[in-house]
Amino acid sequence: MAKKNTSFPKTPTGINGLDEITKGGFPKGRPVLICGSAGCGKTLFAAQFLVKGITDYNEPGVFMSFEETASDLSLNLNSLGFDLEKLKSENKLRVDHVRIERSEIEETGEYDLEALFIRLNHAIDSVGAKRVVLDTIESIFSGMEDMAILRSEIRRLFAWLKEKGVTAIITGERGEKSLTRHGLEEYVSDCVILLDFRVIDQIATRRLRIVKYRGSTHGTNEYPFLIDETGISVIPITSLQLDYKSPTTIISTGLPALDKFFSGKGIYKASSTLITGTAGTAKTILASHFAMSSYKRKEPVLYFSFEESPDQLIRNIASIGINFKPAIRSKLLHIHASRPSLQGLEMHLLVMNKLMAEFKPRTVIVDPISSLITVGNSSEVRAMLVRLMDTLKMNEINAVFTSLTHYKSEFNDATVDAVSSLADTWIDLDNGQKNDERVRSLQIIKARGMGHAMSLQNFTITNKGIQFISNGKK
Amino acid sequence: MAKQKKWELRLYIAGQTPKSTLALKNITRYCEEHLEGEYTIEVIDLLKNPQLAEGDQIFAIPTLVRKLPVPIRKIIGDLSNEEKVLVGLNIRTLKTQN
Repeated sequence: MAKKNTSFPKTPTGINGLDEITKGGFPKGRPVLICGSAGCGKTLFAAQFLVKGITDYNEPGVFMSFEETASDLSLNLNSLGFDLEKLKSENKLRVDHVRIERSEIEETGEYDLEALFIRLNHAIDSVGAKRVVLDTIESIFSGMEDMAILRSEIRRLFAWLKEKGVTAIITGERGEKSLTRHGLEEYVSDCVILLDFRVIDQIATRRLRIVKYRGSTHGTNEYPFLIDETGISVIPITSLQLDYKSPTTIISTGLPALDKFFSGKGIYKASSTLITGTAGTAKTILASHFAMSSYKRKEPVLYFSFEESPDQLIRNIASIGINFKPAIRSKLLHIHASRPSLQGLEMHLLVMNKLMAEFKPRTVIVDPISSLITVGNSSEVRAMLVRLMDTLKMNEINAVFTSLTHYKSEFNDATVDAVSSLADTWIDLDNGQKNDERVRSLQIIKARGMGHAMSLQNFTITNKGIQFISNGKK
Repeated sequence: MAKQKKWELRLYIAGQTPKSTLALKNITRYCEEHLEGEYTIEVIDLLKNPQLAEGDQIFAIPTLVRKLPVPIRKIIGDLSNEEKVLVGLNIRTLKTQN
């Protein structure tokens, strides 16, 4: 039996980010209860634990399904990139479908679930399983009458699993008053995880919470999680401590003329820059200059575009002489476009985090961050931005955010509010009017840690990008 | 029907437990009483043949399976309630029909 001591043995979950929240994984050799309402991802969660256990940690597994048939299960999980049939043929996975058909079963007199134990034992031994999934054992309750027998047998089953030394996931349907419909949490008391699927303002968010983890510390928050073509990932949105390093290296904004307005002749590496302005003030163009400067330094750029498709962005930027194509071809620039309303803020953050982990950019551009506000309220937006900036800073990534403001000096937008205090550099763009002409101007509102030009700088947009009017008035 | 036994029953057990022994004793008695000469009972010990549990979807012990006549019926428990077993296997109805 595993004892509680300093070296509490744990089993990696195989779910991105969950090991961090659980400080190493599930309790080794003990049952874990995953509960949640229908469609919250329990089966997938359990399957990923098994599949990754086999592929990443060389721990064979047994999937005992009380709901889906083995072939349905293979089919459903195939769409998420898990090839159960292959693992089965390699003799690393056993899937046993336990079908309990109420209509063909009669009960009379004493019985026990020994046959289930024998089946499970046989399956475990046949592949040398270290991981077991029981999904959803509660369906046995709907197929049987004698609750007293079932309860004591299920209690015995969990004790047996512990004795067998396998790490087991038991899934349970969410009950109205209790975590699971039949109170499984009474029997599995070592680790309980609750999955939740919520729809707020028509946007669905999946969340995960560790309700209980005996003998171990764990994150207590609700963590959003994502189901995509690679399975489940949970991104722990962690420490908001201000303990990241601050490089003193100066990098170019991509516009030598703009660099000159800063006393350091550029901006600090790994700092965040906010570009604000009303519609049509060249925010995206300025952001593109930032992107190109990163590309010229041979540093990867990740460009999140929330308003334009990659093609449209490339075409429009090309018209002012900025060519993204070689950068994309050399894989140094990656444009990720999505609709803000596609998913909740948390999900956007998750996707961003995931892409950042994959692509390892040195520069991240979010254009515009203000459109994300359409999917959240201001406190959520702020929280998300703090997290995003935190991640960027911790990874020493240069960040550029553009934000649309609504007419002049009314900086009361939630996004601007939230970002401006967090951003290290703030550049405001404006379209002024002089005689019959519009005059574009740029103003540096703040630049943390360095001096900057105080005056309004006029510029035009040429077919070579932004050009400052050096002898312009003001 | 001729030589073919009309009733094909299977009793799944896991070792010689009191429940299993009782179940076998009970079903043999009911069959002798109501289906004399028309039945077979095959006893399968899952401790010896664990791989057989999956095929008939056995999860409880003891389980009596009526393989024939179709459809398959299952009775779980020590079969101590004769009435319930006969109804469950649909034996009485058959008798009265004859």
